[in-house]
Amino acid sequence: MDAILLQILNGLDKGSAYALIALGLTLIFGTLGVVNFAHGALFMIGAFCAVMLSRLLSLSYTTIDPDRTDFLGNPLKVETPYVEAWFGPETGAAIIDWSVPLAILFSIPIMAVIGLVMERGLIKYFYKRPHADQILVTFGLAIVLQEIIKYFFGANPIPTPAPDVFAGSFDFGAMIGMDPNVIIYPYWRIVYFLFAAVIIGGVFAFLQYTTFGMVVRAGMADRQTVGLLGINIDKRFTVMFALAAVVAGLAGVMYAPINSPNYHMGMDFLVLSFVVVVVGGMGSLPGAVLAGFVLGILESFASMAQVVSLLPGINQIIIYLVAIVILLTRPRGLMGRKGVMES
Amino acid sequence: MLGLNKKDSSLFLLVLLLVIFAPFLLNPFPENSELAQFNAGYPDLMQRFLIFGIFAIGFNILFGLTGYLSFGHAAFLGVGSYAGVWMMKLLTMNVLPAIIISVIFAGLFSLLVGYISLRRSGIYFSILTLAFAQMSFSLAYSVLTPITAGETGLQLALDDPRILGVSQVDGTIPLAHFFGLNMRESYELAMGGWLFTFNAGYYLCAVIMMIAFYVAIRIFRSPFGMMLRAVKSNQQRMNFTGLNSRPYTLAAFVISGMYAGLAGGLMVAMDPLAGAERMQWTASGEVVLMTILGGAGTLIGPVLGAGFIKYLENIFSKINDNILYEWFSALPTAVADVLVFVIHPFIGKGWHLTLGIMFMLIVIFLPGGIMEGFQRIGKMFSRKKKTATGPSGAAPAPAE
Repeated sequence: MDAILLQILNGLDKGSAYALIALGLTLIFGTLGVVNFAHGALFMIGAFCAVMLSRLLSLSYTTIDPDRTDFLGNPLKVETPYVEAWFGPETGAAIIDWSVPLAILFSIPIMAVIGLVMERGLIKYFYKRPHADQILVTFGLAIVLQEIIKYFFGANPIPTPAPDVFAGSFDFGAMIGMDPNVIIYPYWRIVYFLFAAVIIGGVFAFLQYTTFGMVVRAGMADRQTVGLLGINIDKRFTVMFALAAVVAGLAGVMYAPINSPNYHMGMDFLVLSFVVVVVGGMGSLPGAVLAGFVLGILESFASMAQVVSLLPGINQIIIYLVAIVILLTRPRGLMGRKGVMES
Repeated sequence: MLGLNKKDSSLFLLVLLLVIFAPFLLNPFPENSELAQFNAGYPDLMQRFLIFGIFAIGFNILFGLTGYLSFGHAAFLGVGSYAGVWMMKLLTMNVLPAIIISVIFAGLFSLLVGYISLRRSGIYFSILTLAFAQMSFSLAYSVLTPITAGETGLQLALDDPRILGVSQVDGTIPLAHFFGLNMRESYELAMGGWLFTFNAGYYLCAVIMMIAFYVAIRIFRSPFGMMLRAVKSNQQRMNFTGLNSRPYTLAAFVISGMYAGLAGGLMVAMDPLAGAERMQWTASGEVVLMTILGGAGTLIGPVLGAGFIKYLENIFSKINDNILYEWFSALPTAVADVLVFVIHPFIGKGWHLTLGIMFMLIVIFLPGGIMEGFQRIGKMFSRKKKTATGPSGAAPAPAE
């Protein structure tokens, strides 16, 4: 029982990331009908927003402290971050410590602008082109974005710690009345899961309860009719593309402490997210979220020691296997709608 | 000639001549000149042109004719490489069995993958093939380590059995050969300032590549090729006329998988080692790019694309800042600094950035690839000629 619970919990954080990326992919696909292979790169850029902000915040100036000396006997150089100088040492240190959550605010405008530029500058011209062309051009874009990040930040993973408050783990088992020390769970992962839940809830609420969302849903169902009603649906779909970029970016920002960002993390996640979208059903938002969590949890079950000893290597391929089985038995995916992506 | 029509025969002969005289053609600059770094006439690179040419020709049979975009073809190349190295470890250092076994194994693997993936079409097909390729890639790194040697890559060793050959010669691993003809053997011809290298491995690749190219032409012109084109243009209508398209697409998939295996086998024959990174999906993306760049659905396009990309890769990764400064030495220092600063991200390690940008530009502006570019230029000239001969020769202007 506790082992099962532990695996479910372990699968949650990866599942959340899959769900968030797949949600964005599905949004883009459902609205614009474009297959975006550069979505993983957006996730990666989000993670590097966190890196960038933490670097910006720890920009320092150097002063020489004449009273103290370093081990060579020279006057000690003291690095003081600007934020500490501006807000006082304690508030400044706290700001630096909280750089990852602050990066959420920092990344939203950046990701929105990147999304808008991408859509208006490139994707717009590919609405009518075949899917193969869309895949290829966004694949090229993904390589370009990845290489740009690599050029500025280098090829090595950059550790980006979470705030001290969330460092370490807590005893989840003891909290729900099970034996202590059985289910130890890192704080940040639970934060990530809650964050993902909020974002997913927010996106659904936006689509469900606002007029804007209603129009977008109508456009997804029948674009032509909505256009005939005198609504500029293209404009709204562009906004949805930016929203999808922001969702992917936020997923990346919060993922930075779990996995140190490196330039190819987007590609690694992209392939899996596409599989998630296909399993969930092309164009189905709840399907994408459901499949994201299901596959994340399945993956964590497959990496249990008992399972791996029984079927070696299963943890590496479980997602692909599930995807193959699902595609062959339920071609539309778990919750796919009729008429979407059927040639 | 050989059952080809006139146009195809001349194309075939042209490619044949180009391939035979490549060591001359690719070495246009004298050995000691500044421009010698642009030469591509050394064996390693020329072999790569041909091997990736074969890979792209095979991919084109699937993508160019049927329109099915596979994102997992590198897996077949990888399987072929592994099978080839194992033949060299177990059987003999003769490259022939290695190449044959590579083709067979890649064919079997592509039969399995194709049988499952081809149940779906469009983007689902792309993702299924991608899933299979990624699966093979992760398996090669983890569970299959006894077969694939994981991260180190599969290499030859001194204590390999090689039951038909010898396991070692004077304490070293024997070299790959083709019935005694050493693959590394080269004949160097010095002519004035030029140095031309004729490599045995290159010519073996050339023979195989010409056979592969010939088979591809025959497929393109056959009724079978017609069926494949029908799949691309309208599969539904094809089904309505009572034809089952799946056997045709599966056959195309397996053929292109075997081409990939052949390329993998040749890679091993030229350099006997195999690594899992050959199966990564970026490698699959590369062959897609080669085909698109050259012109999908054309005969010669993929070969051109493969050569073009491999050549640029070689040049771009070789150039560094010092070489740039040498080029710009005639300019004022400040201008040279700026130029080098601008170009720096695209060269050396930044080759992938250039590749990505090229990829995007080609897909956006020239979806038909280099071949379409040629056609456009050709049309431009023929139109000029027509207008030159007089207005009566031009097509009637549309009514406005």
